[in-house]
Amino acid sequence: MHTIASNKLAQLFILLKKQGYAVIAPALRDAAIIYDEVETPSDLPVGWTDAQSPGSYRLKKREDDAYFGYAVGPHSWKKVVLPPRMKLWAARREEKGFTISDTTEAPRKLALIGVRACELYAMAIQDTVFIKGDYVDPFYKAQREKLFIVAVNCAQAAETCFCVSMKTGPKAETAYDLALTEVIENKRHYFVAEAGSRRGAAVLAALSTAIARPAEKTAARQVIRKTAASIKRTLDTDGLKTLLYENLAHPRWNDVAERCLTCGNCTMVCPTCFCTTVEEITDLTGDHSEHWRRWDSCFTMDFSFIHGEGSVRSSNKSRYRQWMTHKLASWHDQFGSSGCVGCGRCITWCPPGIDITEEVKAIRKNPA
Amino acid sequence: MPAPPRNPPAGATSPYLPYPAEIVEKRLESRGVYTFRLRFLDEVRHKNYDFRPGQFNMLYIFGVGEVAISIVSDPEIGETLDHTVRIVGNVTEALNRLDVGDVIGIRGPYGSAWPLEAAKGKDVIILTGGLGCAPVVSVINYITARRDDYGALKIFHGVKTPKDLLYRERIRAWQKDARTEVYLTVDHPDHAWQYSVGIVTNLFTQIQLDLSNSIVMMCGPGIMMHHAVRDLCSRGMRMDQLYVSLERNMKCALGFCGHCQMGPNFLCKEGPIFRYDRIRHWFETPAI
Repeated sequence: MHTIASNKLAQLFILLKKQGYAVIAPALRDAAIIYDEVETPSDLPVGWTDAQSPGSYRLKKREDDAYFGYAVGPHSWKKVVLPPRMKLWAARREEKGFTISDTTEAPRKLALIGVRACELYAMAIQDTVFIKGDYVDPFYKAQREKLFIVAVNCAQAAETCFCVSMKTGPKAETAYDLALTEVIENKRHYFVAEAGSRRGAAVLAALSTAIARPAEKTAARQVIRKTAASIKRTLDTDGLKTLLYENLAHPRWNDVAERCLTCGNCTMVCPTCFCTTVEEITDLTGDHSEHWRRWDSCFTMDFSFIHGEGSVRSSNKSRYRQWMTHKLASWHDQFGSSGCVGCGRCITWCPPGIDITEEVKAIRKNPA
Repeated sequence: MPAPPRNPPAGATSPYLPYPAEIVEKRLESRGVYTFRLRFLDEVRHKNYDFRPGQFNMLYIFGVGEVAISIVSDPEIGETLDHTVRIVGNVTEALNRLDVGDVIGIRGPYGSAWPLEAAKGKDVIILTGGLGCAPVVSVINYITARRDDYGALKIFHGVKTPKDLLYRERIRAWQKDARTEVYLTVDHPDHAWQYSVGIVTNLFTQIQLDLSNSIVMMCGPGIMMHHAVRDLCSRGMRMDQLYVSLERNMKCALGFCGHCQMGPNFLCKEGPIFRYDRIRHWFETPAI
């Protein structure tokens, strides 16, 4: 383990850019912290934090100059490997029929800075969907292989976080190149850095670092321990799949349907939700057509529409039930894990503040 | 039994790409239902294309989009690749505007297949209702072409009106076979109708079913299949003797788009054909 002085963080950005990476990191936009391309550490939301609660997200000034003193916002890294809109292929009319060309774009070398523990899990979960199944999504796989991941252990949890009970955080455990813990104490501001790959070790070796002293390592551990202790929200996953499978007719689904607007916000902000639809776009000549994929949500009526029969899930109740049982139950059968990483985004960004952990508790309290 | 084939093989190329195929024949089957015989422009692709009855393809109409359509031809007659299409939505309407010589796109095949190996030596009961019978036609064609491999073939087909009856010519041909019985019923008969009236399950009472040695394959409206399952089970049929072909909205057929889920099942992968006991929990839950 090494330490990096906070004023040397810029070296990491410079080095990664020199290696050909574009740097994507948290940034302030429209009163929220999102992920965007940045140039230097000063583009990060320095000295800002977020106050989150069900249905509420507000930025606040911190009393220090922390670079990573906030939890996750409305963006997730899925936008990098599963872009919200992407052209899959194009067709051109020919004398006889048409030709199809693969328009899958070449991936860019991207350094993701500030990836949280829960988000690493979310990425691994989407890897299972797009890389490890019968078919492989070519762009997802290619882009995934071009990522350099700088994880940041959480020094600040949101009130909506529940990673501890999901065993997905707040400490980054796997699949990163570098992991940073930001420590601010006694007028010192530094990062304790740990390499998680050979590339990560090489990058770390090229930066101005010092070997971490025992006291600094302890301070870093303390940061993570404090964050973990501050997370009060829990989701009890014990036997959850069976509980939900056996309670598809539970009256709680009617209750939540009264509150759910079926807006689909939860699916857009969720770092694991992967559903998409396709659009065919033609030009004015009628000789060119493009097949685009875009994010979709199981909360729309269209999602389950069958010609001649209508929507399979025409009620709010059936659509909320689909989303939650997929996330927490059927995901296990499909992909061998939960689809939830406890990031809390769906709670924060739900306009009426529906809390997935509360919905589970209500069913668990009074099961069929 | 080997897994049903998948084209293209995993990882070979982008699985999203359709391949051009020419319409070589277009046949009217009934009001609003056509069978399209297709041929890949690439001869090698056509020759190597393999599938099992019950599987489906994604058909692409230039400038309009894709739709999932089951394959009805015989996999061992390599020359033909037939799709029976009900004209109900944007893509199928655009397909219907095309004719022999026009080119569409195909990618596939996808999904599970009918249990034609397991059914060998047994009586096969085919149950279809409404207009959704294309997936079982592949089975009927397959069995009638290999008649000695199977026991009795009993086909139950129910539609709304006599005009909706599919495959009139083929039905006549099936009726000629001594070990094939065809039972037809409509909800609303006309004066010329000479078969039964009422729901398809009513027909079960009229005939002898060798329950212990039968496999049932069904496809049609959910309500019909619910009734049929209940009726057959009350007569002593086991649920693992029943197979259903199901339908869901489908955008990719690769297990990525999420639209075709029914509980933990992706209909494009685990389906569209299920042994009933394996899908029962989900099939019997409304709006799942």
